[in-house]
Amino acid sequence: MLGYALRRLLLALPLLLGITFVSFTVIHLAPGEPAEIQTGDLSIQSDAQARQLLREMYDLDKPLHVQYGKWLARLGRLDFGKSFSPDGRPVLQKIGERLPVTLLLNIIEMLIIVALAVPIGVLSATRQYSLFDKVTTVFVFLGFATPDFWLALLLMILFGVQLGWLPISGLRSLNWEYLSFWRQQWDFLGHLALPILVATFGGLAGFSRYMRQSMLEVVRQDYIQSARAKGLAEPIVIGKHALRNALLPIVTILGLSLPGLIGGSVIVESIFAIPGMGQLMVQAVFERDYPVIMGNLVIVSTLTLVANLVADVTYSFVDPRIRVGARRGRR
Amino acid sequence: MTRGALLARFALILALGLAGCGGEADSAVDHASPSEKPAYGDTLIEALTGNISGLIPNVLSDSASFEVGSLIYSGLVTRDRDLNVIGELAESWRFSKDCLDLTFHLRRDVRWHDDTPFTAADVVFTYETMINPKTPTAYREDFRAVASVEAVDPYTLRVRYKQPYAKALQSWGIWMLPKHVLEPYVREGRLREAPQNRANPVGTGAYRFKEWKPGEKVVLVANPGYFEGQPHISRVVYRIIPSQATIFLELKAKGVDSAGLTALQFKRQTEYPAFRKAYHKYEYPASAYTYLGFNLRDPRFADRRVRQAFAHAIDKREIIDGVLLGLGREATGPYKPGTWAYNPSVKTYPYDMDKARALLAEAGWTKNADGVLVNRHGQPFAFELLTNQGNDERKKVAEIVQASLKELGVQVDIRVIEWASFLKEYIKKRRFEAIILGWGIGLDPDQYEIWHSSKTGPDELNHVSYTNPEVDALLEQGRQSCREEERKKSYARIQEILAEDQPIIFLYFRDALPVVSSRVRGIVPSPNGILYNFNKWYVPKHLQRYTAG
Repeated sequence: MLGYALRRLLLALPLLLGITFVSFTVIHLAPGEPAEIQTGDLSIQSDAQARQLLREMYDLDKPLHVQYGKWLARLGRLDFGKSFSPDGRPVLQKIGERLPVTLLLNIIEMLIIVALAVPIGVLSATRQYSLFDKVTTVFVFLGFATPDFWLALLLMILFGVQLGWLPISGLRSLNWEYLSFWRQQWDFLGHLALPILVATFGGLAGFSRYMRQSMLEVVRQDYIQSARAKGLAEPIVIGKHALRNALLPIVTILGLSLPGLIGGSVIVESIFAIPGMGQLMVQAVFERDYPVIMGNLVIVSTLTLVANLVADVTYSFVDPRIRVGARRGRR
Repeated sequence: MTRGALLARFALILALGLAGCGGEADSAVDHASPSEKPAYGDTLIEALTGNISGLIPNVLSDSASFEVGSLIYSGLVTRDRDLNVIGELAESWRFSKDCLDLTFHLRRDVRWHDDTPFTAADVVFTYETMINPKTPTAYREDFRAVASVEAVDPYTLRVRYKQPYAKALQSWGIWMLPKHVLEPYVREGRLREAPQNRANPVGTGAYRFKEWKPGEKVVLVANPGYFEGQPHISRVVYRIIPSQATIFLELKAKGVDSAGLTALQFKRQTEYPAFRKAYHKYEYPASAYTYLGFNLRDPRFADRRVRQAFAHAIDKREIIDGVLLGLGREATGPYKPGTWAYNPSVKTYPYDMDKARALLAEAGWTKNADGVLVNRHGQPFAFELLTNQGNDERKKVAEIVQASLKELGVQVDIRVIEWASFLKEYIKKRRFEAIILGWGIGLDPDQYEIWHSSKTGPDELNHVSYTNPEVDALLEQGRQSCREEERKKSYARIQEILAEDQPIIFLYFRDALPVVSSRVRGIVPSPNGILYNFNKWYVPKHLQRYTAG
């Protein structure tokens, strides 16, 4: 088992290298470079000397493969470099201050989605074509089809402007420092409510559909038939025998959505003015802040690879057949 | 600023208090009531769409950093409401007769935010920072003309120029930097890495830095030791909100106190009583114009009559009404109406299709039987009109231009291209036939970089490749005098020639449309916008909303 995991891990390294090489090249191919953007594109003040200075400062005057080599060498020492943005702060520090918010937001969102999607999926599968099934189908597809930003604006108008119940944007009220501890938490939750609602509504469709599909397949299996034949009560048949098996594919999907927890949602973060990873990435792209873009990319792609691995490994724990298959494969 | 000027300014506020709101006058403004007296306190919450990129604006280039920086730092000179240069850290100045010597007398009562006195040594240091080849600044150009800067005594500064330089005086509006804090970083070429670029910048401005939460907010507090007196509003919070739509909703929910509106929001979405009670709306022409530019290397556009014909065929009023809902002014040249260099009596091109057709016929272009404009060889007049993505306004302008020229039989295809590649692949390489673009104009009328024939190279700004020896000479003259009356003549003539030549068709100056919470008093819109007297804004005691801080 351990050997299998190690082998997978080793195989992931060249893959990661390939990903970084391709992204590095592609990013540098995009027109516009930080030195130009920072010295005022199309401005009378634009100063060739300053542009050249910045180019040298950022090594942009060197050939691409040299730049990549330098970047890679730094990465080997786990140094993600310094941002090209004029504040010149270390990339890890920038990511570090944005990550907690995005992580918190996405974990809460993911928990809510799973907590809602599993029962919805199970119920609509066991009562296929019932009114409940039809209503939830319409509802989740509505969520899937509604543009995030539009829903966000509608909710902001309703709860923020008309009713005045919830704050519209940001993470904290301006008087946050002067609130008591519990009021602070309450205030923070209030700010998170709308973004979470919007993100959950949009993400519910996928999971609940997977759950429904997986459950539909399982309940048609013979062993469910035999469980019923044994005279087990329906809740036990569904809750114990069927659900456990139906959850298997969900584990994989959950694992694969792990990197998404870090990436952050650009639209939700921008519209709610949440200083998270999505906003950082967008700004980095606009500024052609290569170190930040690459740092973010490395983290997300590493996580994707790890998540893949973790999903496979947990899968083999949950499903003995795969474990056996892997062993046989090695022989 | 002298006491007299201050008093005069208050007198103007009184006189213009009602008229000042640009037709949006609000009866709530009542200067007579004693409770409306200037008071200290309250917080003003502003919205920024972008994160600031640092706290030393001299080495930055984004507008958010400038807005914040302009409250923290000050220059030797600044601009008053009519854009005249007035003293800020400098009490007075004098040019020598030949315009080569400029002597500043500095105020003696100025202290840095860390309580160190501000002296001429700091000015010399700022100059040295700006010309240091290791300083990554975009504002070096202004200081290249300087031969030497010398501190005669702690409060007297003498600047010598290599040759007369028109922007000499105004270039000293550059934000002054503290020598005692930043010297080692400048010497090592690491000014951007200085801790003062990330927190606790030391300036001489009206506000001091309190905190910066990246992506979230920047907080400034009033500087009690400010040399023009402590500003009335005690705290300014800049909230970073990337989405314009969100800012607008925050405005409605009173989550921010001021914001710039779009024409649509200004005209259609804020005209209800509750909004008008909560906010005062202002409008003044922004310092930027939109134009239709031609590649003058294209023989068709090189013919002046063709450009003049197009100018007659495009109804600027229609564009302003259609695209800006009327909130803009027709442009006749590259200067903003109401500024000293603006020449109001130049040739104009009223909407006149017959005249347009006549001019085109003169140039050899006539409509054929199919209604297509063709030359003698039967080639149709068709061109591609480029503009950049992400600017809906320009796209709409392009559509109106397309429709107008279609009436003449000209086939216009519009192409919208992403900004970075638009610049790199099309503008800089001159690979365009016509463009819709805008110019932001500086405070000085010198536009050498845009119109001089020596500036048509790939990385230079005369994109349209305009060459006119007379304009060249006038541009050179205009930037070589330190006297406004002399310069004015050059620029007046340049505007006449540009109006005649129509190297580009000047379309309009859009109006800036800020709104500010109606509890704030002391705002007087002017050609210089509304922010120039920010330290004099106040909220009467009984209207103050925030007490903390």
